[in-house]
Amino acid sequence: MNFATKLLHGRSGIDPFTGASSIPIYQASTFHQFDLDQPGVYDYGRSGNPTRHALEEAIAVLEGGSRGFAFASGMAAISGVFMLFSTGDHLIVPEDVYGGTYRFLTKILSRLGIEVSFVDTTRISQIEAAIRPNTKAIFIETPSNPTLKVTDLAAVSRLAKAHQLLTIVDNTFLTPYYQRPLELGADIVIHSATKFIGGHSDVVAGLVVTKDEELGNQLYLIQNGMGAVLGVQDCWLVMRGLKTLKSRLDVSTHSAGKIAAWLDRHPHVQRVYYTGLAAHEGHELQERQASGHGAVLSFDVGNRDMAKALFDAVRLPIVAVSLGAVESILSYPAMMSHAAMPAEERLERGITDGLIRLSVGLEDVDDLIADLEQALAIAAAKCLANR
Amino acid sequence: MHVQTKLVQIGVGSDEKTGAVSIPIHHATAYRHPGLGQSTGFDYTRTANPTRAVLEQAIAEIESGDAGFATASGMAAIQTIMALFSQGDHFVVSLDLYGGTYRLFEQVLSRYGLRFSYVDVRDTEAVRAAVRPETKAIFVETPTNPLMQVTDIAAVVEIARENRLLTIVDNTFMTPYCQRPLELGADIVFHSATKYLGGHNDVLAGLIVTKGKELSEQVKYLHNSIGAVLGPQDCWLLIRGMKTLALRMERHEENAFRVARFLQEHDAVTEVFYPGLTSHPDHEVQKKQASGFSGMVSFRIRDAKLVGPFLQHLRVISFAESLGGVESLCTYPATQTHADIPVEIREKVGVCDRLIRLSVGIEYADDLIADLGYALDQAVKTGGCC
Repeated sequence: MNFATKLLHGRSGIDPFTGASSIPIYQASTFHQFDLDQPGVYDYGRSGNPTRHALEEAIAVLEGGSRGFAFASGMAAISGVFMLFSTGDHLIVPEDVYGGTYRFLTKILSRLGIEVSFVDTTRISQIEAAIRPNTKAIFIETPSNPTLKVTDLAAVSRLAKAHQLLTIVDNTFLTPYYQRPLELGADIVIHSATKFIGGHSDVVAGLVVTKDEELGNQLYLIQNGMGAVLGVQDCWLVMRGLKTLKSRLDVSTHSAGKIAAWLDRHPHVQRVYYTGLAAHEGHELQERQASGHGAVLSFDVGNRDMAKALFDAVRLPIVAVSLGAVESILSYPAMMSHAAMPAEERLERGITDGLIRLSVGLEDVDDLIADLEQALAIAAAKCLANR
Repeated sequence: MHVQTKLVQIGVGSDEKTGAVSIPIHHATAYRHPGLGQSTGFDYTRTANPTRAVLEQAIAEIESGDAGFATASGMAAIQTIMALFSQGDHFVVSLDLYGGTYRLFEQVLSRYGLRFSYVDVRDTEAVRAAVRPETKAIFVETPTNPLMQVTDIAAVVEIARENRLLTIVDNTFMTPYCQRPLELGADIVFHSATKYLGGHNDVLAGLIVTKGKELSEQVKYLHNSIGAVLGPQDCWLLIRGMKTLALRMERHEENAFRVARFLQEHDAVTEVFYPGLTSHPDHEVQKKQASGFSGMVSFRIRDAKLVGPFLQHLRVISFAESLGGVESLCTYPATQTHADIPVEIREKVGVCDRLIRLSVGIEYADDLIADLGYALDQAVKTGGCC
């Protein structure tokens, strides 16, 4: 079955009792037990719910894994996966990891005696050098946020296997439509489903897929035991969004490519980060391991004043935290997604005061370009006047 | 203002733009910034959501705390609170404890070097004796689940303060309508709001309320960082449920008294655990620190062989795992809520295989009594024992 068909029919959403084309929202916290000796499939809503179960099965099918899990947010999914580890364990994580993940690792997990090495995961040698006897996993985000550095998933998975480590991949930016890390050897895939999977800026959710059953059982203990599950209404909204994932990404990715090429030629833009550009460092690797480049790009306008003037002048994109929606979203990593990171580390990772991230939505691409064009012109004039 | 009024008024007037009496469900994940470096107070829904904010402010006020936090479930509330602590920290915890809490402590948090001593917290000397140099908090359920043991919150707070420990209270069974631990000196109170606060067996949720600015800031940080937040639809359902909390609690209690007295008189029942009964050993403590007794009743049936037939013959009361809803539910702790507690500990505490827990709903009391009477009689008749 092709991916587009799988999105709609991979896990049948038809309600077996009524034939309803969309799974009902089972807004029940508990389930009657008909027999003391034969517990039903569902007993308590935190432990399992039919609506949530449908979403969990759907994402497992799409990612090619064995078990899916829905969490209250992307961070709840990430913190849940990290709770698989114990005091004394060591993890390897990308140096430009999402600010929220960085915060969780350095401010919370560190107090529980988990050590983390932050390395440039695009260099396999750096990962290898960081491996210690107590290392338990390699965590990857590819492409990374916000400079879109690409990590070789197959190579990392091979290295991890050789050292009996788990490979955990945050697949939020590309979704299983473009990239399926489990097929490349990873063990766990995580999503902030708030982004492309939900796709409408209207639901906060996290998803996890494990490749094998045993790891799935361990994660189930965490999901049920810690209770950071996704509410049923939100499960239903995520499934509704998922149905149009391919159609949305086809349009947004096409637009992102066009905008990146246009920005790349613009005199007021110093640098564009988009894996679809042939000049991007990770372009070829991305072409090899993923079937698309996605709808997120970043560009550097040189300094904070230019960035601020641009944000003031744009009319179409929402200026907001988040990405992956039908609406284009413009964000400022230095003060938003990466605000939790100390300034020196932030700058070292290319997250400068002039860096702007654009999540391309479904607006007409020429309208978006025209809007950016007028905003860049106004910003440049303003900065020139202030000089 | 009386808590009953506060409950009904949750969210009223909070939507200034339209005046909607019921707070809108804000599904937006992101909020448009007026400009760079400017914010409406809402940036990203995990951090703050307008619908959730109304719920959080309301529970903080009702529990007499400084800040409220809504979580994806009651267990997510506990997880968030426990993230305050670090490797090597130790806790004194109620011996009779919800199985899910015990599982989180022993199967997950113990892997991070957090240590737990389970003591009968009604015994202040035992609590004092359990405190170690590395103890950080006393964690109390009162009344306990499922044995309805009542702990003197003020007495525990006194020991906690002497030793500079936090007092954390699970207030799920009582709700702030009947009991407000922060007013008795506790630092953190939390709820499985799935239970009485939601009250309709239709929403999974947790709530935390903290006292003190610093502690509130710390929990706020963890709430956002761990991300186990409650979705807006569920926040709205919870607010909707809380508006009738006072009415429901009155009826739960009235029915619970009737049911408890009926069970006391029944031949197939050997013991009834309900703090409202004057014969309950902790009745006086309960009367001192709470304004009511809630609707949870546990009882021991004469013989474990009667449990299966009894559950089979219930027609109105559902055999299901949960409590605090308008519908009456019957739970068998040994295999359901407390299945994760090792059998020897379970038996020692008194959660034996003859124990049944009833969450008395708001049906007509005579119907509940008739249902229990029929099921007990049928169980004795068909159980083939005694």
